[in-house]
Amino acid sequence: MAEHKSISKEESYSFDRSAIDYIRNAAAHGLYEIRGMGAKRKLPTFDDLVFLGASNSRYPLEGYREKCSTKTVLGTRFAKKPIELEIPITIAGMSFGSLSANVKEALGRAATEVGTSTTTGDGGMTPEERLSSKTLVYQCLPSRYGFNPDDLRKADAIEVVIGQGAKPGGGGMLLGQKVSPRVAGMRTLPEGIDQRSACRHPDWTGPDDLAIKITELREITDWEKPIYVKVGATRTFNDVKLAVHSGADVVVVDGMQGGTAATQTCFIEHIGIPTLAAVKQAVAALEDLDMKGKVQLIVSGGIRTGADVAKALAMGADAVSIGQGVLIALGCNGETYYQNGAHHDASADYAALGTCAGFCHHCHTGKCPVGITTQDEVLEQRLTPEVGAKHLKNYLKTLNMELTTIARACGKQNVHHLEREDLVALTIEAAAMAGLPLAGTNWIPGL
Amino acid sequence: MGSVAFDLEQTPVREINHFIHKDANAGDKIAITNAGGAHSIACGCDKELEILIDGHAGYYAGGMNKDADITISGSAGTGVGENMMSGKIHVKGFASNGAGASAHGGLLVINGDAGLRCGISLKGGDIVVGGSVGSFSGFMAQAGRMVICGNAADALGDSLYEAIIYLRGEVKSLGADAQFEPMTDDDYAAVAELLSKAGEDFAKYSPKEFKRIASSKSLYHWNADANQEY
Repeated sequence: MAEHKSISKEESYSFDRSAIDYIRNAAAHGLYEIRGMGAKRKLPTFDDLVFLGASNSRYPLEGYREKCSTKTVLGTRFAKKPIELEIPITIAGMSFGSLSANVKEALGRAATEVGTSTTTGDGGMTPEERLSSKTLVYQCLPSRYGFNPDDLRKADAIEVVIGQGAKPGGGGMLLGQKVSPRVAGMRTLPEGIDQRSACRHPDWTGPDDLAIKITELREITDWEKPIYVKVGATRTFNDVKLAVHSGADVVVVDGMQGGTAATQTCFIEHIGIPTLAAVKQAVAALEDLDMKGKVQLIVSGGIRTGADVAKALAMGADAVSIGQGVLIALGCNGETYYQNGAHHDASADYAALGTCAGFCHHCHTGKCPVGITTQDEVLEQRLTPEVGAKHLKNYLKTLNMELTTIARACGKQNVHHLEREDLVALTIEAAAMAGLPLAGTNWIPGL
Repeated sequence: MGSVAFDLEQTPVREINHFIHKDANAGDKIAITNAGGAHSIACGCDKELEILIDGHAGYYAGGMNKDADITISGSAGTGVGENMMSGKIHVKGFASNGAGASAHGGLLVINGDAGLRCGISLKGGDIVVGGSVGSFSGFMAQAGRMVICGNAADALGDSLYEAIIYLRGEVKSLGADAQFEPMTDDDYAAVAELLSKAGEDFAKYSPKEFKRIASSKSLYHWNADANQEY
């Protein structure tokens, strides 16, 4: 018998406490909620897939002895100098402005040590970032804040950003408390304004124009650098095909779990499709064009573990990109921060934001209790590049070890040999979205 | 200093741009004939060159220009002088959409009309247009100056930041947050300076004929009570 609930204490399904809180906030302030991080709602994810490890019908590799390559090459289609990485796990584009200069340097140091790339963000390239990151991808965003030909030439690859998973169809946002003198100077904006970036590029509209724009970027850089096109996951099948038609060397598909430093909650939770569904569509688009392996695919949005990486690769991605996981490795949402050789309790700072460790999404305030998403001179000292880089390096190494462990268990000498046949789904929803059979059956819903 | 001539019917754009980037020296004069609407002509210049493009240029002529002085004898396609950092680009004919988009510096002169979104996202460059401009010109322009000798279509200066627009003719409508402001002595001097730099074709205009359009700054900060259309 179902648990008895008193009618006088029965919570409404439609107007639960969360909905009531939302309505009260809207009524009090007259503005939508803005926050950081990614979608919090429950979605089908890579957790809903499992690998079919080797057994009688497949041969595994020795987990601790036999080699399993993780080398990854991106941008082989047109660029004279493709990107060569040691691991297929890259650092997603995050701006100086949303992150402190210390954090950007930490990302670069860790990425360089493990042999992967970092990516700039809205606001341009900082010298710290260029110096610390051996392989740096330079974003060309609609705002063009800080975008200039000198940095374009210094970059190792160029990423034309059409959208991101947290806000497909929306522009960037940086609230006034983070528009410090240095950030304002780089973006040619007045200090302290609530910056709202454009959602469309200023000098092209549509894929035919984009093809010409990409050619211009190639001309300026003498066809040396790979050009990525990044899309937020929505109509992914068509968007990927159009990106390929436009001349992309690499397509980056960012699912709705992808993070942001500041975006309207209604955007984060209600626009875009889950990464799981986006990967399938993106791979189908490349296969439809016979471009699989010729144009590389990077998948991002909610990647946390080595198992996530392995599943993305098995579904057909060439690499993944991580943002939020990287920040959490640096200490995001931690109960303490490490400064001057000791851990310090950050709970009072979380409380001042109305939250606590493990639940914080207040990147937009610039008052990050652990000194990551801030431009505050005091707070940013809570994360030094050395400490941040050490933790991030550990995280990336762990992911890579998990990835190769899974690949070996599936009998692969190269993580890029993982394939869809290695995967099954645990739920009907995941099976339909990923285009994989439900475990124990040959049934792929929707086929 | 030397002079080099290219015929675009004989030499592809890629080869010409490669020469400009790698082989040309500051002070060189480069003539490009039979432009034929080719895209990306002379983009990514990074030294003091004098470049004459004979004919009509396609998209992104002189894109991301640094230091070069580029003249286009005909008209220019979308994004002429986009993201220009310095130098000068002079279009003797008309310009299509997004002329001078996001230009950080330098001077873009267009003798004829400019299409939609002229000076969009401007970041410190100067633009002088002899004719009229299309809708959403000066959209989100952050810094720099625009002088428009003709008229402007809808939504001029929408969501302006610190850029200033000087308009001689009529405007169909101003964009959100843009407003007319009184001309000061500094404004008259600025218009005079820009008209002078634009060349003799612009000597017929008097700074006294121009009106100043700038941001009312009501969109600089979130404010629910300001009834802003976010």
